[in-house]
Amino acid sequence: MPDTFDAIVVGAGSVGTPSAYYLSQRGLKVLVLERRPASGQGDNKAAIGGIRATHSDPAKILLCKRSLLEMSTWKERTGVDVGWKPGGYAFPVYDEALEKTLRGLFPIQRKYDLAIDWVDANGMAELVPGIERRGLRGGTYSPGDGQLSPLKCPVAFERAARSHGAVFRFNERVTAYEVTGGRIRAVVTDKGRYKAPRVVIATGSDAAGDGAMLGITIPVQPDSHEAGITAPVAPFLKPLVVDMRPGAEGKTTNFYFGQNDEGQIIFCYTPKELFIGFDRESLSEFLPILAARMITLIPRLRHILVRRVWRGCYPMTPDGVPIIDNVPEVGGLTLAVGMCGQGFMLGAGVGQEVASLVVDGKPLLPPEATQRIRWGRDFGKASKEALK
Amino acid sequence: MTQNRIERHPILAPLPPATVELTFNGKPLLARPGEMISSALFAAGISTFGHHHRDNGPQGIFCVNGQCSQCMVIADGRMVKSCMTAALPGMRVTSCEGRPPLPLDDAVPALGRPREVEVPVLILGGGPAGLSAAIELGRAGIRVLVVDDKPEVGGKLTLQTHGFFGSVADCWAGTRGIDIARILADDVAALPEVEVWTSAAAVGLFRDGKVGVARPDGYRLVVPQALLVALGAREKALSFPGCDLPGVYGAGAFQTLVNRDLVHASRKLFILGGGNVGLIGAYHALQAGIDVVGLVEALPECGGYKVHADKLRRLGVPIWTSHTVLRAQGRERVERVTIARVDEKFRPVPGTEHTFEADTLLIAVGLAPVDELLRKAREYGLKVHAAGDSEEVAEASAAIFSGRIAGRRMARDLGVPVTIPEHWESLAATLRSRPGKTTPWEMPAGGERVYPVIRCVQEIPCNPCSAACPEKLISMETIMDLPRYTGKCLGCLSCVSRCPGLAICLVCEDYDPKREKALLVVPFEFGDDRIPLGREVKTVGFGGESVGTGKVVAVRERPDQDRRRLVMLEVPWSERLKVAGFAIREPSVPIETGAAPRDEDPIVCRCERVRKSEIVAEIRAGVRDLNQLKALTRLSMGGCGGKTCTELVRRIFREEGVAQGEVTLGTVRPLVAEVPLGLFAQEEDDHA
Repeated sequence: MPDTFDAIVVGAGSVGTPSAYYLSQRGLKVLVLERRPASGQGDNKAAIGGIRATHSDPAKILLCKRSLLEMSTWKERTGVDVGWKPGGYAFPVYDEALEKTLRGLFPIQRKYDLAIDWVDANGMAELVPGIERRGLRGGTYSPGDGQLSPLKCPVAFERAARSHGAVFRFNERVTAYEVTGGRIRAVVTDKGRYKAPRVVIATGSDAAGDGAMLGITIPVQPDSHEAGITAPVAPFLKPLVVDMRPGAEGKTTNFYFGQNDEGQIIFCYTPKELFIGFDRESLSEFLPILAARMITLIPRLRHILVRRVWRGCYPMTPDGVPIIDNVPEVGGLTLAVGMCGQGFMLGAGVGQEVASLVVDGKPLLPPEATQRIRWGRDFGKASKEALK
Repeated sequence: MTQNRIERHPILAPLPPATVELTFNGKPLLARPGEMISSALFAAGISTFGHHHRDNGPQGIFCVNGQCSQCMVIADGRMVKSCMTAALPGMRVTSCEGRPPLPLDDAVPALGRPREVEVPVLILGGGPAGLSAAIELGRAGIRVLVVDDKPEVGGKLTLQTHGFFGSVADCWAGTRGIDIARILADDVAALPEVEVWTSAAAVGLFRDGKVGVARPDGYRLVVPQALLVALGAREKALSFPGCDLPGVYGAGAFQTLVNRDLVHASRKLFILGGGNVGLIGAYHALQAGIDVVGLVEALPECGGYKVHADKLRRLGVPIWTSHTVLRAQGRERVERVTIARVDEKFRPVPGTEHTFEADTLLIAVGLAPVDELLRKAREYGLKVHAAGDSEEVAEASAAIFSGRIAGRRMARDLGVPVTIPEHWESLAATLRSRPGKTTPWEMPAGGERVYPVIRCVQEIPCNPCSAACPEKLISMETIMDLPRYTGKCLGCLSCVSRCPGLAICLVCEDYDPKREKALLVVPFEFGDDRIPLGREVKTVGFGGESVGTGKVVAVRERPDQDRRRLVMLEVPWSERLKVAGFAIREPSVPIETGAAPRDEDPIVCRCERVRKSEIVAEIRAGVRDLNQLKALTRLSMGGCGGKTCTELVRRIFREEGVAQGEVTLGTVRPLVAEVPLGLFAQEEDDHA
């Protein structure tokens, strides 16, 4: 095997695999290094698979618009199924304050040509059959969003990248980055040393460790979230549903779920108190809390059979916005880290951005978006995103 | 209305009549009170319970043990495992056709949080190991909770109608499994320290050390100080063309239908696997009035006890060693089974195929420990012990001992000064051991008035004959030794009545002073309806080989025979030492078939209907991580979570020449069985 490449991508997950694909598509000889045994085996597969452009942050809006465009047409273009299911996102609303917040986002979302509108209670009940009607005011619906399979996407990207000559090495852990004269020269692993003038860090929750090896501080700290999936039922729910209300149990801030292309309901909640750290083992409190929330919103869901639960990490930045940028301190180094739990939906868009940063040395995104995801921004000062 | 029910059984007492009225796809049927839906359906002649959403493949029972999700039906609108859900009066059951619709039930239930239950010791599994441990702990004054997913404790002992091997003094050798189950259950019931939850499935062990238990009345989180995993074993599967047809299932599934529920689950049975499970399954089938067409074993010798195999051969069941099943065929269920000889590398030899009519094919190719929760507990560093098959797959007698030892160890850990008798460990090891060497049989010389002929030539842990003889004429130094008869037999028949292998018959030379005939007393475990009293029978020798003819002249009943009949068989004098019994069935005859059909790509993952070619294609594309194989093919993403197919996939990796070390195994996560979402949030008083 050759030991010299045009670019090395570290990490073969939500971000690393599309990055490798778009880099190799641009003609670069790419090596991907992954410490796990296969692509998509980190927190990528813990994602529930929702993909929406209807954020409030311009960078995320634009990146996800690209992801949606790319992934919704992937099967038509390549013949490979990535579990795309159109159906949009629905945010049911039961209180005035939330209605106001969500409506307040319409201007920025529409500025980027996103299809999102308010539907009344009847409209919401049609979108979400069986939803609790008492107090339901309606909600927002964005039909252009959808769902994808986190299980199918990374390997689809991996195989597409391989067809462009990319090399993947699994079960290989990076132990050092060689930087001389202010430029990155090589990546050393527990199995070898590979030379490349450009390196992309796409290591998700582990990014801080790569920063330490590089002598820079990458402010990514994981916190963990639990999710689960049911046995399949006949398709009945088109959109991915986000209930933004804090839970009556005092432990959740919101929860969300959808029916995937297999007919399974896949679900997750955001804990009120974060679980900081790398622990990915399931806790006993998740299912009882989640069940109460789901059944409160849609009573008929109580008959569905829960099949599996799991827990994955959100690689969080202090301001909740990713870092996608070239690093001036280390020539040839590109960071695509800190996706804050949205790496899967951002993936394809981020991959394209990375290819541009690496190959062209400049972003694809317009300046109003790139300033949000810059390396070296003041993480303490950034405002909290309205719709995370 | 078809009622495939066993009304008379030589060992089992009749069950209450089927009086519970329910419907399946609109047609009325009857269930026995408390009977599981799957058994009621089988009794009504229904073996296809639905069709899979992916390819419309017929679905039916597979494990009958709550482990897979093959037997799903819709009962009153809800998706349920038919093998774990009791039929209720008026229940409307429909087949599960594709992905079932979510019931449009919008009643808002009262919601609650699951109760947390703190216990010093939680025992998962109420089989021989779990109950034995509970008895030791309870007697040491320690509070114990036993959780078992079946309506009755006893585990697989409740399906074992045959007499057990082992040591009489230590673990009830000679007693039937069903009766050992009762003894253990009664002992547990007498201990106020031991609480038992039945119909309660431990579905997950979580990072915080809590065990999620799904009970019919709600979900509980049990917080134990110490945990014992005694969940037994599950049956290994095989992948071959037709392996997914209803009618192909595990021997344990069959025993549940036949021995627990007295359902006449088959007319013509074929068995794959000559271990004890397969051999005993065949014997149980015969007892239930089901014909056993044959049994194949891939190895040159059956792995199970020789006495079990001999017993079958003598009854006229063919056992083909160095053979395997090539395919099962049928439309909605098995109709034909094709076997072939295998070479030393277990490859089928062309031209050796034979096809037999059979409606059921039992897979008895070994057991794998149910150890998902055990591995999690160890990973989390909890105080955990294992006993029985969860620790090491072996006989139930070994499980009893490992349970006792684990119970005492746990008691000691919890500060109660109990001792573990020194011989327990070695006895447990003996009981766990595989059969030892087989010695050529020496035909006795005869010449006494009466004497036993013992056809027991393989070393197995067993001593009831020795313990039974009032004159101490049958000796063995250890329970692994072969019994040796010396002395002057009184003809009391105790040994004939007690030998669990039915390997002893009594020869009475004084029957005919003219020495033209002799009388044999042969143990027989079939009903009077199967005893050809006064008629001529075809006699067979040690291994089932034909000897000549004999005549059944009488049947002897004794209280200590324990539902075993002693058949008095008149045979020619010259055959008195050769005859070991008489056949009860005619030889199996293969059917004529045309050219071999083009075999279907066999199913490997039953839950998601993943076929072998899909897996092979991904392995050849470079996939080495089972998690990735799951993502690509949906292998093991179904209801059972890889319990059935993981081992099959490892085998395919081997076939493809991939070293075991290269393969990453799949991640196991909760839950180990599917649970309705509502149960997690059910208010405690809501018993709806």
